[in-house]
Amino acid sequence: MRAMRYELSHLDMLEAESIHIMREVAAEFERPVLLFSGGKDSIVMLRLAEKAFWPAKPPFPLMHVDTGHNFAEVIDYRDRRVAEVGLRLVVASVQQAIDEGKIDDETGPRASRNQLQTAVLLEGIEQNQFDAVFGGARRDEEKARAKERVYSFRDEFGQWDPKNQRPELWSLYNSRHKRGQHIRIFPLSNWTELDVWQYIDREEIEIPSIYFAHKRKVYRRDGMLLAFGPQVTLLDGEETVVETVRYRTVGDMSCTGAVLSGARTVTEIIDEVASTRITERGATRADDKVSEAAMEDRKREGYF
Amino acid sequence: MEMLRLATAGSVDDGKSTLIGRLLYDSKSIFEDQLESVERTSRQRGEEYTNLALLTDGLRAEREQGITIDVAYRYFATPRRKFIIADTPGHIQYTRNMVTGASTANVALILVDARKGVLEQSRRHAFLASLLRVPHLVLCVNKMDLVDYDRAIFESIRDEFKDFAAKLDINDLTTVPVSALNGDNVVTRSPNMTWYEGTSLLHYLEDLHIASDRNLIDVRFPVQYVVRPMHNAFHDYRGYAGTVAAGVLKAGDEVMVLPSGLTSTVESVDTFGGSVDEAFPPMSVTVRLTDDLDISRGDMLCRPHNVPAVGQDIEAMVAWMTDQPKLRPGQLLSLKHTTRQVRAKVMDLQYRINVTTLHRHEGVPHLGLNEIGRVRLRTTQPLFFDEYRRNRVTGSFILVDEASGTTAGAGMIIRS
Repeated sequence: MRAMRYELSHLDMLEAESIHIMREVAAEFERPVLLFSGGKDSIVMLRLAEKAFWPAKPPFPLMHVDTGHNFAEVIDYRDRRVAEVGLRLVVASVQQAIDEGKIDDETGPRASRNQLQTAVLLEGIEQNQFDAVFGGARRDEEKARAKERVYSFRDEFGQWDPKNQRPELWSLYNSRHKRGQHIRIFPLSNWTELDVWQYIDREEIEIPSIYFAHKRKVYRRDGMLLAFGPQVTLLDGEETVVETVRYRTVGDMSCTGAVLSGARTVTEIIDEVASTRITERGATRADDKVSEAAMEDRKREGYF
Repeated sequence: MEMLRLATAGSVDDGKSTLIGRLLYDSKSIFEDQLESVERTSRQRGEEYTNLALLTDGLRAEREQGITIDVAYRYFATPRRKFIIADTPGHIQYTRNMVTGASTANVALILVDARKGVLEQSRRHAFLASLLRVPHLVLCVNKMDLVDYDRAIFESIRDEFKDFAAKLDINDLTTVPVSALNGDNVVTRSPNMTWYEGTSLLHYLEDLHIASDRNLIDVRFPVQYVVRPMHNAFHDYRGYAGTVAAGVLKAGDEVMVLPSGLTSTVESVDTFGGSVDEAFPPMSVTVRLTDDLDISRGDMLCRPHNVPAVGQDIEAMVAWMTDQPKLRPGQLLSLKHTTRQVRAKVMDLQYRINVTTLHRHEGVPHLGLNEIGRVRLRTTQPLFFDEYRRNRVTGSFILVDEASGTTAGAGMIIRS
């Protein structure tokens, strides 16, 4: 591709926009925090934050909402990366909230801690008085997200009101909020799944091993391949099989599906993503399959 | 691969959703599960065709009421470009939404139905695109299949629209006859309209030269954040982080700092990857100067012989985006311009413009939701600005209602 003078590639433009947003937040908010799960989107976010403030460290801590059902490879990665950048990590633990009796764990074979994350996330925000919360959500992920602003305002209850969003013009972001309210910030709003992978490739960023093809004991439920583990109770007729799979998203083990794949490098993942015909969340997230507006409903309550 | 931002305007009846659906589908950006979900919902409702509007209408209220509430962002890519579509509804709150979508667009796409011709709504959309100074405007005359691909009909619509556009500030207007439903002239040239000598819509969007739309002349660098590492490796580092709003900055350039008026020289333009030779819009960089000056967020770097206007009195076209409160003289608002946050008092509301007839109504008491008018403001601190027609970054601002916190107005500076 010819590179004209004063021309930027789409990745350069997306990067510039995300960095602009991060600097704006650092300048206008008192206590920002970046949600970091070790998933690919938050990995890209952390790299962008490093870039935005270099040679200084990003002026905010990281937070992970830990469901207690995470993939071990991802937690290892998370801790290694946090040590590398030298930032403080706040862990908001779902298990701890359950142990303290603040929330009830779901029971039964279809139990999921996905819903419980919202309460723990909101408590983490409140306890630490975070007023800006960076998330890695993208508008191409889901149709409710297609209409969400880069600065997504949340009231005292952490709720999102989709019909009453602030207009967002040019690159002028409105940071106004009262004490107790916060604003979710989505610097990757205009990125697609493919952009994220192309960026990981270009920047040569390390990612957790579960994104690459590996053999894993899985079982099939609701058309998805879910990881088998000690927390799983199989339903009648379900059985485990060993398959060569990889993950397209990283979330709670109980509701994040794997896809059959032989992709062992980032380049192979890019080829796979470019030719795939199913959306990222459609292929792999049981939590979105509950209803047409499942994501919107969870977002209203304060989900990521 | 370059990125192009497109704002679309029109109502469901114009076939806008079908056109977007066609672009997404033919570029393989609609996924099977999305299409299946839309087909299922369409069937449940007993609709005759798969309703592609359901692809973009994601909110529960929209699906229930069959309306589009808000600007939806859609993404697709061809091997040549990545596209971002800001899809704005035609009826409900059209001004607020279209102003939002158009504010960042390289191209505005306006749809008309070939059977109905240029409607009031088409004029409004053209006016808003010109007000927001979207550099390129495309008129798609849709549903050509329903008028037997008649050249005379197309040309009469094109000419009528051109007559209206001549009254507006529109630099570049292109007209394409299409049938979104059948795909005529959307991705490939249509064999049904051999009389049409232009390119298909997608080809036009892929080929359009947008690099020159940026202002590479007037150096404007609003300081966003001061980078001070506070660690030993970079003990004395002091850099000014920001996004280049206009012009080209490079090491060795003499710069003037506003508001102080002091001058210095660019020592280096830094990024995470190291220093770069040149910074140009919309790059996010960190600038170091040879002199130790007192510079903070909200200041601006420019060239000593090419400075923006500096002042507290501003005249602007303001699009008002809330009903509570209305904009009225005497009102105090919060104003954000580049990286500056000030307060502003509404000194005068000169007129309200009728966005369909372009008629100016003088002596109106206020601006309500979706109304646009010419306003005089006085700010508590000076702003460093250019006319919006010369620079969309240093010429734009938002007004925030301090009580509710909402973004109440969008302003485009005319002059000081």
